[in-house]
Amino acid sequence: MSLDKATVARIATLARIKLADGDLDRMTGELQSILNWVEQLNELDTAHVEPMTSAVEVVLPMREDVVTDGGYADKILANATDPVMEPEGGFFTVPKVVE
Amino acid sequence: MTNLTDLTIAEARDGLRKKAFSARELTEAHVKAVEAARDLNAFITETPEKALAMAKVSDERLARGEGGLLEGVPIGIKDLFCTEGVLTTAASHILDGFVPPYESTVTANLWKAGAVMLGKLNMDEFAMGSSNTTSYYGPAKNPWRRPGDNRPLVPGGSSGGSAAAVAARIAMGATATDTGGSIRQPASFCGVVGIKPTYGRCSRWGIVAFASSLDQAGPITRTVRDAAIMLRVMAGHDPKDSTSVPRPVPDYEAALTGDIRGLKFGIPKEYRVDGMSSEIEKLWQQGVEWLRAAGAEPVEISLPHTKYALPTYYIIAPAEASSNLARYDGVRFGLRVPGNSLDEMYENTRGQGFGAEVRRRILIGTYVLSAGYYDAYYLKAQRVRTLIARDFTEAFRKCDVILTPTAPSAAFPIGEKADDPIAMYLNDVFTVTVNLAGLPGISVPAGLSADGLPLGLQLIGRAFDEETLFRVAGVLESAANFTAKPPAVGTGA
Amino acid sequence: MLIEGKTGNWEIVVGLEVHAQVISNAKLFSGAATAFGAPPNTQVSFVDAAFPGMLPVINRFCVEQAVKTGLGLNATINQVSVFDRKNYFYADLPAGYQISQYTRPIVSNGRITIDLPDGKTKEIGITRLHLEQDAGKSLHDQHPSKTYVDLNRSGIALMEIVSEPDIRSPEEAGAYLKKLRSILRYLGTCDGNMEEGSLRCDANVSVRRPGEPYGTRCEIKNVNSIRYVMQAIEYEARRQVEVIESGGTVEQETRLFDASRGITRSMRSKEHAHDYRYFPDPDLLPLVLDSKWIEEIRAQMPELPDAKKERFVRDYKLSPYDAGVLVAERESADFFEEVAKGRKDPKLAANWVIVELFGALNRLGLDITKSPVSAKQLAGLLDLIENNTISGRIAKDVFALMIETGKDAATIVEERGLKQVTDTGAIEAAIDKVMADNAAKVAEYRGGKQQLFGWFVGQVMKATGGKANPSMVNELLRKKLAG
Repeated sequence: MSLDKATVARIATLARIKLADGDLDRMTGELQSILNWVEQLNELDTAHVEPMTSAVEVVLPMREDVVTDGGYADKILANATDPVMEPEGGFFTVPKVVE
Repeated sequence: MTNLTDLTIAEARDGLRKKAFSARELTEAHVKAVEAARDLNAFITETPEKALAMAKVSDERLARGEGGLLEGVPIGIKDLFCTEGVLTTAASHILDGFVPPYESTVTANLWKAGAVMLGKLNMDEFAMGSSNTTSYYGPAKNPWRRPGDNRPLVPGGSSGGSAAAVAARIAMGATATDTGGSIRQPASFCGVVGIKPTYGRCSRWGIVAFASSLDQAGPITRTVRDAAIMLRVMAGHDPKDSTSVPRPVPDYEAALTGDIRGLKFGIPKEYRVDGMSSEIEKLWQQGVEWLRAAGAEPVEISLPHTKYALPTYYIIAPAEASSNLARYDGVRFGLRVPGNSLDEMYENTRGQGFGAEVRRRILIGTYVLSAGYYDAYYLKAQRVRTLIARDFTEAFRKCDVILTPTAPSAAFPIGEKADDPIAMYLNDVFTVTVNLAGLPGISVPAGLSADGLPLGLQLIGRAFDEETLFRVAGVLESAANFTAKPPAVGTGA
Repeated sequence: MLIEGKTGNWEIVVGLEVHAQVISNAKLFSGAATAFGAPPNTQVSFVDAAFPGMLPVINRFCVEQAVKTGLGLNATINQVSVFDRKNYFYADLPAGYQISQYTRPIVSNGRITIDLPDGKTKEIGITRLHLEQDAGKSLHDQHPSKTYVDLNRSGIALMEIVSEPDIRSPEEAGAYLKKLRSILRYLGTCDGNMEEGSLRCDANVSVRRPGEPYGTRCEIKNVNSIRYVMQAIEYEARRQVEVIESGGTVEQETRLFDASRGITRSMRSKEHAHDYRYFPDPDLLPLVLDSKWIEEIRAQMPELPDAKKERFVRDYKLSPYDAGVLVAERESADFFEEVAKGRKDPKLAANWVIVELFGALNRLGLDITKSPVSAKQLAGLLDLIENNTISGRIAKDVFALMIETGKDAATIVEERGLKQVTDTGAIEAAIDKVMADNAAKVAEYRGGKQQLFGWFVGQVMKATGGKANPSMVNELLRKKLAG
């Protein structure tokens, strides 16, 4: 599969990673070689093979509907940049989003 | 008296019980050794005060006759494990200043058993790498050097700091994680033992996630017995991790009977890769002889899809990582680089906060999951993964363990292979199949290369059969009698 | 319903996507609380805030609620379903992905019957129902240059219920939402409160010439009442017709409903390509439901509105309309049944509940669960009517006093001496007196002015202090006036 700079730029936007201009060139080249390399999987006929759903053979465990967590806003906000603390609880803040 | 830092965990355990020395003395010796070995850059964060405080508590417990399975044993923790109140970085700029308000389940198990924390160990950023050269905190160095060659060598990765610290005798053991080989390959490069247990054996709760369906925690130690002791403490069901398996943890040490008579070990013909160095080939052959001499029977097996394992891994792991690392966005913890809008803030923070290898893998991962490519790449890779797992299921009908080399080479100089991501990826060629199949694998130091560097042999076992793995590893270890040590680093106690 | 455009008729095609917040104590994948209105970020666990190393564990009760809802929607419960990650970046989505279900939802292929205003019914298909996490809340109005983020809501269980594009008018859309909401409330799986946001609706609207393939659809978001949904659909359909008829093409886009102006408008922000890169969540295994558990849930289902309505019509001989009004809320239906059980005249009970009780509750702004008159008390009042102790007219006054004082009907009737006069003699005497005092009017009536009858009734009622049995008054007055 051929990869062009525009596609890489679009992927970088999807991933919210800013690439400097020089970076975009280099990254495009690197990604292209990686993609070329993984192309070899097409040598295999997997039409009748199920994709692996999990590496373990257990069913999804479920928990009881009891409140066992939360109630520690100070810890939740302790590592944040620029939080706003209130008498009870507080907020994360981010640059304003215009909707 | 032997240097306290030269003891194995098993010996330390005995020494403490016999009161040959105190936990405080043992920890002090290691704290000094850590300081003296700073040149290795094995630690990102040292926690000497905490270590001494923990040692004090261990001495009190031991005095009461109460000690846990690892009471007083000083260990290092790969900086991928969240440790409450202690900086945790995953070797990334984007987690600057992150102090977790919670403890990972695996490390909580270790503290409950009485272990002592020396600090947080260096690693490849977000566990992505095979050389520990992608760390924001600089590369860790392998305590081994080629005789007559000054160039620092890679300790392997991603758990480079863990392997280096244990090999350099500045920690008695270390926690590590393995997604494509990140425990076994550095163990091989540093001449120590490393085991990746079966997927689901250890809890992933509180471990910074890289690739959720592949990550597993495990110990790096100097001996097989030590690894058995540590794994027993680390492992166990955790209801907070939905992929954690509710099976009881056996006493792995008890499996070290030394008796492997009648056991069958498989030699996969596809692991004889093109261009494989003859000394690796020879060591492998040597391994066959050792096991045969101990009464086990070699069996030729085929793992036909082996060559597709690396490309399969390099689709699945980045895909999962691209999603797991979306939470590093500057909003709730870690680095924030300002921006005029929310998206700009995200892009600046992630663009500057992630290193090149991480950025590369996130982009690959995002691409292979994106509309139009999901079937061709991700779904395809998951099908191939099924084939790889089936290969092993088939093989284990004919044998009880599989013997292979751990890595295609010995440790190489820092900086080599840096420009070619794929060359770097090829380091994992022997280990990656094991993660894809969710099986346990252990690396045991088996010999030295022509330029005097450690080479390891890998054993792969059936799911949840770590006991057989330890048993055979113990025999291999005795046969190999790997007593070589890296040049002394600083002064021990 | 067809829109008459300039160039002919257009059919509206609507599919509704409803997000229903699941009633549960704890969140879908974490143990934090779900209660509404807590101080910001106080009901947030490290899992909800997507801290490093955190992992999801599913809440069994939320799964049960989804199964129950699926059964209530006459749908297929898929014994194996998968959780997928929906990846996108937003301030109120801490992990950068939402755990949802994409290719294999827990429920598929359901249908509900909606009740249209003209008394007809129509079946609307339900494509699927799946479980997913709710996002946190972004507050854009707290600060000039910052958006505040509260993650209390992050991780609460949502059921996304998607209808087939079977809806053909704003009225049908309204009826669908009413019925769906009613079913959810009956089941106790969602409280259906659109103002508080526990029930949210997005409408997919397109238009086409009758018989032609589907047109391009637009998704309308941010509609938080049934009335607004109907308005938005009406506006959007006409907008699309106008666009097409003036030579343009409808662009597939997401639009917001602006309630203050009654219009839909294109979202101002740049639309990022919606590439959600769905893939199965590797932290979760496939959800496997055993049939025994599903049957246990089915066995505990309450009677649902449609079945209850049928039973009311059949057993209580109510009109479908009246039955429909009563079963709209489970509490009303239960109230009515308590009043009506064992009565000779359940229709009387229906009438009193619908007209008098609901009327009073509306005036007082009260919910039936807060009714000042209990079902038992209302039954007591009806007893007095049925055994002729009081007339229906007086009963209304008694009812008003019951609401005011909280006392039983019998007590009030006793205290105020409101017993009906049924003594024929007394009534006849009153009639005689009225006729004697109003001879001229009697003559006029007998002369042909029949409409004076009502006046005479009024006079007799006045003379008896309102307590004469009205039908007896009617009968006797007619006889006497006839001469």
